[in-house]
Amino acid sequence: MTHGPRALLRRGFDRSERLLDRTFGPDWNPLAQLGPLGWFLFWIVTVTGVYLFIFFDTGVTDAYASVAWLSRDHWWHAGVARSLHRYASDMMVLVMFTHLIREWAMDRYRGKRWFSWVTGVPVIWFVYLSGITGYWLVWDQLAQYVATTSSELLDSLGIFAEPIARNFLAPNLLSSRFFTLLVFLHIAIPLLLLLLMWVHIQRITEARTQPPRGLAIITLGALVVGALLMPAPLGAAADLDTVPAQVDMDWFLLSLYPVIESLPAGVIWTGVLGFTVLMVGLPWLPPARSGAPAQVFLDHCNGCARCVEDCPYAAITLVPRSDGLPFTHEVEVNPARCVSCGICMGACPSSTPFRRSGGLVTGIDLPDRSLAALRAEVIAAADSVSGRGTVLTLACAHGAATGPAPGRIVLPCVAMAPPSLVDYIISRGLADGVAVAGCAERDCHNRFGVKWTLDRFARLRDPYLRKRVPRERVLTIWAGPSETPQLVTQLAAFSARLAAMPAYENLRPLQPDEAAEADEAAAAMKATAQ
Amino acid sequence: MTATPIPLRKCLPQLVLGGVLSLVLVLGVAFLSARPMWQSLPEGTGLVRLSLTHSGVRNCRARTAQELADLPANMRDREVCERRRAPIRIEMDIDGQQVFATEAAPSGLAGSGPSRIYQRIELPTGPYHVTLRLADDPSVAGFAYEAGFDINLQAAQSIAIDFDAASDGFYLH
Ligand code: HEM
Ligand code: SF4
Ligand code: SF4
Repeated sequence: MTHGPRALLRRGFDRSERLLDRTFGPDWNPLAQLGPLGWFLFWIVTVTGVYLFIFFDTGVTDAYASVAWLSRDHWWHAGVARSLHRYASDMMVLVMFTHLIREWAMDRYRGKRWFSWVTGVPVIWFVYLSGITGYWLVWDQLAQYVATTSSELLDSLGIFAEPIARNFLAPNLLSSRFFTLLVFLHIAIPLLLLLLMWVHIQRITEARTQPPRGLAIITLGALVVGALLMPAPLGAAADLDTVPAQVDMDWFLLSLYPVIESLPAGVIWTGVLGFTVLMVGLPWLPPARSGAPAQVFLDHCNGCARCVEDCPYAAITLVPRSDGLPFTHEVEVNPARCVSCGICMGACPSSTPFRRSGGLVTGIDLPDRSLAALRAEVIAAADSVSGRGTVLTLACAHGAATGPAPGRIVLPCVAMAPPSLVDYIISRGLADGVAVAGCAERDCHNRFGVKWTLDRFARLRDPYLRKRVPRERVLTIWAGPSETPQLVTQLAAFSARLAAMPAYENLRPLQPDEAAEADEAAAAMKATAQ
Repeated sequence: MTATPIPLRKCLPQLVLGGVLSLVLVLGVAFLSARPMWQSLPEGTGLVRLSLTHSGVRNCRARTAQELADLPANMRDREVCERRRAPIRIEMDIDGQQVFATEAAPSGLAGSGPSRIYQRIELPTGPYHVTLRLADDPSVAGFAYEAGFDINLQAAQSIAIDFDAASDGFYLH
């Protein structure tokens, strides 16, 4: 999709992220670390919350007095903790919604990837509920406002024996027991939130729950300085003989309250329900079309588990061998989780295009885009480039190089290309050099495509790019959809560099049988495409 | 480019630039965490809240002689009552003008619980005469409970009107 709100939003994110790359560096770019930042903020809120609890009194009158005391007399530690507690919670709302919109814009929420999205929806409500119960505890004017408005809304459901709003009618009606209940809620709800956050990342492998050290330092530092410069305000004590006419509104956690005040309760509840149902249903409105899941070919699988380790979606499991071959394990693909990214094919030691006996079969392959078909595409693409300094580009479908171009092969993910394919292109003389053009560096659509590719090329992760591949003939470009101009410039410069190099000396050109097989595969591909 | 983390001292520019940008964000968040203030009640206004729970009467009738005779001796209550209670009716006037009138159904699935009323009335500051009427038995005409209060509402004051049948009906908190 290149038009419409999603494409627009995606370009917007891409633009701002590339800008932030320059400020924070790609590794610490906060926009690429929103999930981990959410977790980090949660822990800041937890630690400061535990600390505040030491000084907090739970009685009706004591509560406010204790918050006033810690904010004024002990501003330098407990007061800072209170401001941190508040601002980190506020930031959580900001980070959460940015994260959510970004995942939507990047189309990471549909198809087989629905799970994180759907489990994220209750997270939204639990973040709000945690904040609301927190504000209630302070028992200042804002707390009183939150208490009355919330209880009026809750009472509209008519499920409580005694309307809660009656607790806040007059000073003599408020009990410390009710306060104890609130303290309990303000601990229980965040604990449930933690549980939900944990569930949220169960269907992806190696979910990042910690921001990089540098970003963590920056964030915590900024929060501490912010807390010192602008300590969280404390309103006058609550007084049930008055109405909190004007309050210090928290526009993050309490932004719904002015809405609650101005609309009938029925509309609010319908809105809450409607929003939740819509959000949960979004991954199917419309559903993503997904390719056929990866398929295992046991004859070519030795159970090495590289594909298990590289699959970003926990879709492959290692199971005991079933076919009598002398290996202990084989692998199994869970079709409900496989997004057909092809990363497993790129990881499999059997995925080598050099193989010439019989058909080209590997251990794990995509039925819609097999290794054999990929090799044929590469050979066909080589015909479309000529002259000096020819480049074949292995591109991913989510970065800057998604459109058709001579010599370009667009894959679901660059990590689908086994390193041996790069070797193959150069040593068979299909092109003078290979460009691998994926998503922006910390922004891989398939989570680990960029990282696995880099690590394979750097010989840190299996399968290695063979030493004999001349590194000056391989270029990696990590660029987002808004960076097509940079991509074009880099490719042109690469081609010029290649043209200036002497011809590659270890050339072992395509054998006639290979070429014939490729022609056959290409013909078959054309037939299926028509 | 990969795995090995970069030592922090090599990243001073990022730490400083990123730190400044993050601080600006935090200060923005801190600002919106309390400002702009929200005016929940217009200036020069107070609030009267009518909040009460009271049970309407139960609909009972005397048992016929035959019915009584059919029952075991220890269960011969003279009356049978439906579980469902009657709704209560409330009216409220301010300075002779009706501002609120409703019939509140009993609560609970079987309608056996008390009726509940909760009503907010925002008023400009000043003196008012409030009169209230409540009826809890549809078989009796008129209102069983009536009361009148003179109030002088201050800005941002909250006056709560409650009801307790055992102590003569309406009262102010
Ligand atoms: C403060 C609350 C939240 C936290 C802490 C959080 C955290 C995370 C983390 C750590 C990841 C994994 C990132 C990675 O390693 O690639 C993630 C992914 C994701 N989250 Fe959240 N999240 C939160 C709220 C939400 C909400 C409200 C939604 C949407 C309703 C959502 C939707 C997603 C999606 C769609 C993914 C991507 C899953 C995939 O890559 O297939 N998250 N989140
Ligand atoms: S194609 Fe392979 S790596 Fe990608 S999701 Fe499916 S099983 Fe996992
Ligand atoms: S990477 Fe290939 S050989 Fe290894 S377990 Fe997976 S399919 Fe089998």
